[in-house]
Amino acid sequence: MHNRDFQWSLPREAWGRALVELGEKDENVVVLVGDNTISLHVHLFEEQFPDRLIEMGIAEQNMVNVAAGMSRAGKIPYYVTYSAFGVGRVFDQLRVTVGYTPCNVKIGGGHSGISVGPDGATHQMMEDLALMCSLPNFTVFAPADYHQTRLATLAAYDIDGPVYIRFGREKVPEVTSADDPFEPGKAQVMADGTDATCIAIGHMVAEALIAHDELKKEGIGLRVLNMHTVKPIDAEAIYKAAEETGAIVTAEEHQVYGGLGSLVAQVMATGTPVPMEYVAVMDRYGQSGKPEELLDAFGLRAKNICEKVHRLLQRKQSIRVI
Amino acid sequence: MAVLKWSIDKLEAKAQDIRCDILTLLATSGSGHSGGSLSCTDFGTALYFHELNLNPENPSDPTRDICHFSIGHVTPVIYSLLAERGYFPLKDLLQFRTFAGHLQGHPSAHDTPGLEVSAGSLGQGLSFTVGVALASKMDNHSRRVWCIMGDGEQQEGQVWEAAMSASHFRLDNLTAIIDLNRKQIDGDTADVMNIEPLADKYSSFGWEVFEVNGHDIPAILETFAQVKRIAWKPSVILAHTRMGKGVSFMENDHRWHGRPPTVEEAEEALQKYGTTYEEWKQRLQRGSEPIVAL
Repeated sequence: MHNRDFQWSLPREAWGRALVELGEKDENVVVLVGDNTISLHVHLFEEQFPDRLIEMGIAEQNMVNVAAGMSRAGKIPYYVTYSAFGVGRVFDQLRVTVGYTPCNVKIGGGHSGISVGPDGATHQMMEDLALMCSLPNFTVFAPADYHQTRLATLAAYDIDGPVYIRFGREKVPEVTSADDPFEPGKAQVMADGTDATCIAIGHMVAEALIAHDELKKEGIGLRVLNMHTVKPIDAEAIYKAAEETGAIVTAEEHQVYGGLGSLVAQVMATGTPVPMEYVAVMDRYGQSGKPEELLDAFGLRAKNICEKVHRLLQRKQSIRVI
Repeated sequence: MAVLKWSIDKLEAKAQDIRCDILTLLATSGSGHSGGSLSCTDFGTALYFHELNLNPENPSDPTRDICHFSIGHVTPVIYSLLAERGYFPLKDLLQFRTFAGHLQGHPSAHDTPGLEVSAGSLGQGLSFTVGVALASKMDNHSRRVWCIMGDGEQQEGQVWEAAMSASHFRLDNLTAIIDLNRKQIDGDTADVMNIEPLADKYSSFGWEVFEVNGHDIPAILETFAQVKRIAWKPSVILAHTRMGKGVSFMENDHRWHGRPPTVEEAEEALQKYGTTYEEWKQRLQRGSEPIVAL
């Protein structure tokens, strides 16, 4: 399936550059990191503000609560590590200290999803959205690309409370431009159509756009929604998609249970229920491999979205027959 | 903002008030932790009525000292200290752990004035205070940061992550106090999971270690003066205490970790302090000005 003519870039670099912008804007912005400074591009912040980059070593539980303490003393801490550790390992700290209080702590969840590649299952975090969306008081962003990761990182500053921002390791296609507005809590319509809707996050937005192009050749109109804010989720956009297109497929680099698909289904069921399908990791751990190989093997491609759309159209048809 | 710098006599009397508060609120709620609350009472009183620079009218006053009980289950003593210090009315203590009140079973910063952060899952508080101390250093803020932990809590791994980072960052504005009553729910700490040699552990982690009788208020004040003289490293006070201190039938008995006295038991305990359950309840109910023992 051929690609659109996308530019490819690193969301984690956008995260690092946005932190520099914030550092210039407010001297209370501090960055905490868990022994992965360069990998998560916070060396950019360190170069500009060496005294405000706090290396916490390999001790994520401590890092979370230190960030919480700094917020109580007037700082605006952004901490970052791989989400396997920065979310998975520290769920209790996030629940009791950061969420419950709540503390004004911003979290960068790097290396999320199967596309982490050769490091294998331990480092391919595909449960972070399930964990983070279950906690009251948190805002959860899963930006689609470089530009949106920058905007989400900047938007987190304006939110008075804890924010989680998810991004992956690899370069991903740019599906937005630097000037596109980023409205937290509002799904972005990336392409329109009336036969079905694909609600996607992260790099799956690009796959959904490719699916849109392919399906168009067959005369099928696929609406593509970029649900960059997973919490609070845009319920109106989901209701509208259900009513206007009558079928929904979600697409995410996350476990099928507890991620975007679960949330969309949960919301949709309170409006007009329509057939739904899921493009996600189907209740299994990851494994080593090249990112492209893994995305193929785990069924996280435009062609998988197309297959699900075909299935949805069949299901819609059979409902009409009944 | 004020540091009360109360005299030893007044502190000892206030500690007695606080024990009466604890017994009364626990008997009223029928739920809560007696043992650790009573072992923390004397050094807690010394902190809140002699040492800490606080502003109960504006709990978030940016010039305040920051004190955090990481040992979240001792809410009876935490809430009593805050109420007696003027953060909220004394009568609120009678709504401890109730649906109607603002005093949750474990500390909820969102609900209760004077709390810095929520707590209750052990082992997290020292890291929180490391963060406060670190930010205060960055801002050249002169505040002192205090963290109170339990001895059983030392079994949590995160405590040692925090201990390592506090000395790494040379946080001489941070003092931890450990309520060393040697008891936890399942029995003696030595039997459940030995934490010793605790002084050596902290010392090897780069902390200055002090030991004190945690019920001897003059000695506690002297130790507070000493920790402020330590430069370039954090300090820890190992406060040797007795679980259930001040109530003869509770003292040194781990079974009182997590249970409250009945009204009859509270009555028996309050007799020693020259009051009764009803009389003390009335005092709290009236919401009278914080006073030194009746």
